[in-house]
Amino acid sequence: MTDNRFFNRSELIGILVLAVFLVVVLPLTLDVFRLNLVAKYLTYAFVALGLVICWGYGGILSLGQGVFFGLGGYCMAMFLKLEASSVENTKIQSTPGIPDFMDWNQLTALPFFWKPFHSLTFTIAAIVLVPGIFALIIGTAMFKRRVGGTYFAIITQAVAAILTILIVGQQGYTGGINGMTDLRTLKGWDIRPDHAKIMLYFFEVGCLFVCIMIAQFVRHAKLGRILVAMREKEDRVRFSGYSVANFKIFAFSIAAMFAAIGGAMFALNVGFMSPSFVGIVPSIEMVIYTAVGGRLSILGAIYGTLLVNFAKTSLSETFPELWLFGLGGLFIAVVLAFPNGLAGIWSDYVQPRIDRLIASRKRKPDGWTDSSVADGAPAE
Amino acid sequence: MFGDYSLGDLGSIFVMQGFAGLILFSVYVLMALGLAIIFGQMGVINMAHGEFMILGAYVTWMTSNLFQTYMPGLFGGYFFLAMILAFLASGALGMLVEWVLIRHLYKRPLDTLLATWGLSLMLQQAYRSVFGAREVGVELPQWMLGSLQVTSSIEVPINGVFVMCLTVLITIGVAYVMFKSRWGRQVRAVVQNRIMAGAVGINTEKVDRYTFGLGCGIAGVAGSAFTMIGSTGPTSGQLYIVDTFLVVVFGGAASLLGTIASAFSISQTQSTLEFFMSGSMAKVLTLLAVVGILMLRPQGLFALKVRK
Repeated sequence: MTDNRFFNRSELIGILVLAVFLVVVLPLTLDVFRLNLVAKYLTYAFVALGLVICWGYGGILSLGQGVFFGLGGYCMAMFLKLEASSVENTKIQSTPGIPDFMDWNQLTALPFFWKPFHSLTFTIAAIVLVPGIFALIIGTAMFKRRVGGTYFAIITQAVAAILTILIVGQQGYTGGINGMTDLRTLKGWDIRPDHAKIMLYFFEVGCLFVCIMIAQFVRHAKLGRILVAMREKEDRVRFSGYSVANFKIFAFSIAAMFAAIGGAMFALNVGFMSPSFVGIVPSIEMVIYTAVGGRLSILGAIYGTLLVNFAKTSLSETFPELWLFGLGGLFIAVVLAFPNGLAGIWSDYVQPRIDRLIASRKRKPDGWTDSSVADGAPAE
Repeated sequence: MFGDYSLGDLGSIFVMQGFAGLILFSVYVLMALGLAIIFGQMGVINMAHGEFMILGAYVTWMTSNLFQTYMPGLFGGYFFLAMILAFLASGALGMLVEWVLIRHLYKRPLDTLLATWGLSLMLQQAYRSVFGAREVGVELPQWMLGSLQVTSSIEVPINGVFVMCLTVLITIGVAYVMFKSRWGRQVRAVVQNRIMAGAVGINTEKVDRYTFGLGCGIAGVAGSAFTMIGSTGPTSGQLYIVDTFLVVVFGGAASLLGTIASAFSISQTQSTLEFFMSGSMAKVLTLLAVVGILMLRPQGLFALKVRK
């Protein structure tokens, strides 16, 4: 048995299968347009991954992941927008050198909080730190006062509503309802042509696997077990001497950072960022991706994201009327019948058959058993 | 900014702005009452609450069309029938939803949120398919148009006054049902201790179903009243759902009095701020204040002291 700090055998197989699927199968079978769509879906997979840790393991349902997705995305978009609005690109404006929407809103100078975004290093740090610190503040305020469960869900939802209204209302600083469009280059490298899109796709998949490894590490470390214990019997963990609030803050912050990385990838791959990815509706949709994939399964969340988004694109292309019925029905079906999502179906119905098949081939009735934590769902 | 106004004008502005706040307050109270029963008393997070409200609005719209076509003589009074129909339609749908969906999820409150969100998507699409994507508005009867002249500079719209009176009546009705009737006593008993309530012979399943139905029915009436002051589209309900949840949570989830107090303070803050700044900033500041206060006082304004 190859058990180490990151994965056991079945999880290793699962991760390798996913890697082959994303790195070899999809790029070979899809054209650039479809591959770019997959890249867009995978940006949500970062959010879903964070939710597995935060919601699946920690039991904290956040309905405000769109906030962090948006913060990360806007940080990236601000950098790209500044680069796209250099003085020579914007010389027809009344104030050259500032983004076009600022010029339309009669701003004559770059606001102070935009200025550091000229630097790529600062931007990369901000993508992770701004949402991380924001989550830290919200988490500290809430969990230290033992607000949790439904109250936390509703308050995160309110935060998502506030940020959306703020972005839409402050048009001159944020681009308003249209968001930041017309993003062109990254350090002089054009992100719009096909070969750049393919490069960005592979870069994104690389980042995704780094995040998967972090998630696997959290899960297999003692930390992950405390999170699960906390979800099941919070008071017992507290009485055992652990600071429940700190673990919750950690889970919430790491989920926020994952979401922010996803948002930054979105701005790069799709080429714009707008408040329609910040609000309540996208935030809840992101929770659904996790629920469909399986809230306890790291890899399941990624497959869930891909599947729901594929269904969304193809259904809304062919039967636009049916799509919302389908999505709504999917929610209800997942909650009522399959609380552990696809991963639950896999581990309950498919995995045992495979195991039995392998065992009967080997003629070894006492084959290896899965030693993952008690909460079950083996990854994929 | 006050230089252009005389003192008397300022007074009138504050009164009228306060009155606009009172209309907003009425809508909040009507929506939050239903939600306070469902979320506060039963612990179910009903994200489809806005859609139940919109169902009431569409029922009102259909009733008004019906009266216009077949009974134009009685058009002045259609609203009262429409309200009853809206209550029955939303209540019946609520009981159906409870039976199919909610009763399986009482032990998993966070999952009710996801399931009812799915339900709200389906209802929205259903409205869009049946009634069309465009917003519809009802025609108000003659006596509801125009406004009351209170003083030379203060005037209040009649439909606003009507909605407010309606709110007061419904609130009194709900308070009576919940706190004075035998059935209300059963509801509160089930909320406080489900197993014990069952042990003394209360049919908890039946109480749950009717409680959920009542909450949805009140949402339907809220939607009916809502048509008096705005138009209705398939997604109108979603605009109010977060505000309504905040009202209920801010008031202290299990307290009806707290719900009313919080609806009053939120609506007045928002409408007063709207005079000084743009609507969106007023909303942002109000919501921020509510979230900030909730962080300091998570149990809400009026907390019910229950031993957990």
